[in-house]
Amino acid sequence: MRDVLIAGIGQVPVGEHWETSLRHLGAKAILGAMEDAGVDRLDGLYVGNMLSGPLSQQEHLGALLADFVGQRGIEALKVEAACGSGAAALRVGYAMIVSGLAEIVGVVGVEKMTEPRGRETTAALAMAADGDYEADHGVTFVALNALLMNRYMMEHEVSHADFAGFAVVAHANGVNNPNAMFRRPITAEQFVRSGVVASPIGLLDASPIGDGAAAVILASRDVVRALGGSRPPVRIAASAFSTDALAIHDRSDLLFLEAAARSSQKAYEQAGIRPDDLDLFELHDAFSIMAALSLEACGFAPRGGGVRLAQDGAIALDGRLPISTMGGLKARGHPVGATGLYQVVEIVQQLRGDAGHNQLPNPFWGMAQNIGGSGASVITHILQAPE
Amino acid sequence: MELSRHWRLQDQRYRLVGEVCDTCGVKIFPPRDICPECSKPAQELYTFSGRGEVYSFSTVYNAPAGYEEYAPYTVALVKLEEGPVLTAQLTDLGDQEPEIGMPVEMVTRKLRTEGDQGMIVYGYKFRPALAAAV
Amino acid sequence: MSDAHPATRPISGGRSVKSGRSTLFESESLLLRPHFPVGIVGYGAYVPRYRLPAREVARIWTGGKGGVPLGEKSVPGLDEDVATMSIEAARNALLRARIAPDLIRAVWVGSESHPYAVKPTSTIVAEAIGAVPNIQAADWEFACKAGTEAMQAAIGFVGAGMARYVLSIGMDTAQGRPGDALEYTAAAGGAAFLIGPADESLATITASYSFVTDTPDFWRREGEMYPSHGDRFTGEPAYFRHITSAAKTLMEALETVPADYAWAVFHQPNVKFPQRVARMLGFRSEQTEPGLLVGEIGNVYAGSSIIGLTSVLDMAQPGDRVLLVSYGSGAGSDAFDLLVTDKIEERRDLALLTRDYISRRTEIDYATYARFRRKLRM
Repeated sequence: MRDVLIAGIGQVPVGEHWETSLRHLGAKAILGAMEDAGVDRLDGLYVGNMLSGPLSQQEHLGALLADFVGQRGIEALKVEAACGSGAAALRVGYAMIVSGLAEIVGVVGVEKMTEPRGRETTAALAMAADGDYEADHGVTFVALNALLMNRYMMEHEVSHADFAGFAVVAHANGVNNPNAMFRRPITAEQFVRSGVVASPIGLLDASPIGDGAAAVILASRDVVRALGGSRPPVRIAASAFSTDALAIHDRSDLLFLEAAARSSQKAYEQAGIRPDDLDLFELHDAFSIMAALSLEACGFAPRGGGVRLAQDGAIALDGRLPISTMGGLKARGHPVGATGLYQVVEIVQQLRGDAGHNQLPNPFWGMAQNIGGSGASVITHILQAPE
Repeated sequence: MELSRHWRLQDQRYRLVGEVCDTCGVKIFPPRDICPECSKPAQELYTFSGRGEVYSFSTVYNAPAGYEEYAPYTVALVKLEEGPVLTAQLTDLGDQEPEIGMPVEMVTRKLRTEGDQGMIVYGYKFRPALAAAV
Repeated sequence: MSDAHPATRPISGGRSVKSGRSTLFESESLLLRPHFPVGIVGYGAYVPRYRLPAREVARIWTGGKGGVPLGEKSVPGLDEDVATMSIEAARNALLRARIAPDLIRAVWVGSESHPYAVKPTSTIVAEAIGAVPNIQAADWEFACKAGTEAMQAAIGFVGAGMARYVLSIGMDTAQGRPGDALEYTAAAGGAAFLIGPADESLATITASYSFVTDTPDFWRREGEMYPSHGDRFTGEPAYFRHITSAAKTLMEALETVPADYAWAVFHQPNVKFPQRVARMLGFRSEQTEPGLLVGEIGNVYAGSSIIGLTSVLDMAQPGDRVLLVSYGSGAGSDAFDLLVTDKIEERRDLALLTRDYISRRTEIDYATYARFRRKLRM
């Protein structure tokens, strides 16, 4: 298989973009990535998005965005895997290059979440769950994670306060990311005191939803060499996708993310590395419980041990496994279908040495894991720094 | 309003009709075409007793559109005595605090209404198992 | 004759109800008696969990100074209505009857608070208990006697040999206008009876009798949220006249006297009316006490008299004779003579007792009641 390189990145700050529409958010990120890569022509465009239909009354994003970035005529389509839509689109773009079907493609994740009122957005997000057997029973997306967290706390005898470290670290890292939605630190005490959304999940367990778009340009090594750009290309060393039962009640083991374990295992094998070779991990901390479960499934902690990593400093920028280095979903924000691309863009920043105040010392391997639903679609990518 | 979708689910919503696998004997809810355990097709219908226990629960304070009038309400994973786990609301809690392991039983309640003019959707919820008082 | 009070005017072929004089032949011909003997094969009660004390209503509307007609009333939860409550009572009846639901040939639900104005409650109940599709289904309405009406129809259906089993339900989530006298009492609950062959019954039904006139004591116009009533006009010419007439005619025809009955149940809109009507007819308070639930659960309208009957069946002994008289405004009374059989002993504990529901109790305040009953404009 030939190498797939990330030739350029682009992103818009996550937030409430009242004056910017879905198409313009997406276009900004794509055009930013094209400029970063120094290209003006793409073979294809893959759009990661979950909710443009119910929230913006707009589907058919492939053709729409291709047209609005001046690429009318190219292959373009939307890829959907709930909150994992961004990384799912990246995997499609990766497949196009690795297979030789295309030489240079754009991948964008875009989500416009502030269009309707909050309760309608909440109801739309529940579409990631089983409609007939979860969402119809009034189960919100937060509630599904709360069901996991409540059981986790009982089985592993941990308290809600034990999860504070995930949010505290994410917010500390978000302070220095100009693209983050929340750029203020929080304390463990604030975490414990925050209002309850769906018990035991509080406001500061949950990542904020917002508008956002992030994009990458993928190309073969030949094309990157011909471009002769100044940006050192980052290599996608692994791309892996695994699924699990959609409804959490159908999982064989409620507190183990099987799909995250399988997808990360496949990714380690493809990249030829072990978990402790990684220098950073952009995980899917949509909720603090998801961060704990991801760390366990990806081999960084035994069952019930994920939450301990939030307590001993291991996940901070100077820890042995930095996570959410630019704020993660918790502080950078979670524009659902765009999140997977933000994760990858941020790892590229770290591997290029462009992460500003949050720059890690010479990172070489970075892993991004994007989760759709409460663990039903898990997409893992491992990126390798320029040589 | 998806009339036919709700109507199609009545056997499951009203009576917990699931399946038992012809091949491996596992009890399945809701019905599927292929057994999730042994991947064999063709299952027999099986009506669950409606008795079970709370496996996990969460009280929802931010209700989605369509459920606002019931907030706050408690959702749960209920492990049926025959094996499968399903997701449902707990009801009739009164002042009772839900807890993991609490015995519950199925009742049929309103799940939601489509405004004042739309249809009423009925389905299963679970309440603390009512033991006879004497 | 023309200046006589309506209550003393002769009816049914010149027979004076007030005098009670009539020949045996005349009154027996008035009885509703089935061709084949029938009875109650299974029964089930239902009362929701929440209770609004009458003093809470008084606190809001009389500064706590006014008198109250009962202790407290039952209030349905936000996710309950006549369909869901009927389903639970029906399931209890089926548990006691121990028959397959697909043997039922009719499901009839009597109520004045059907969830839909057009679309039957009975089809929802029938679907939920697994009785569809080989059934007759209908909703009944006759104020507080819609439940006993459905029972009489069932007796006819089974007694004529048209069906082996019919499910009859009386259930309500009654509405009372805020501040009105009815707000203290209008409650939620009811009962279901599976009517079938007498030889399978835990109580056989000897006969019934209905006494009906056009008496406008209480009504709700189409499209209105709350009913209206005639205050004291609901008493003598309405409740008392109809119940006493029905009870007397039934007992005359069957040649029984109050002392023949172990238990008697009368429609119970408040605590005083059923006690007074029992005295008027010559029943002792011990005979009515087990079926008198209104002080604890309120007036459950179409379920009011029949949930009194489930409470009696919960404790009755084989051989006990029971008198049941409903009352529905508008107006009419259905009177039934029942005989408890030895099957009661083995069936009684197959489902929750009426008392189990009454003991399950969470008290709420007026604000919560206002929310539960959707009195807040959203």
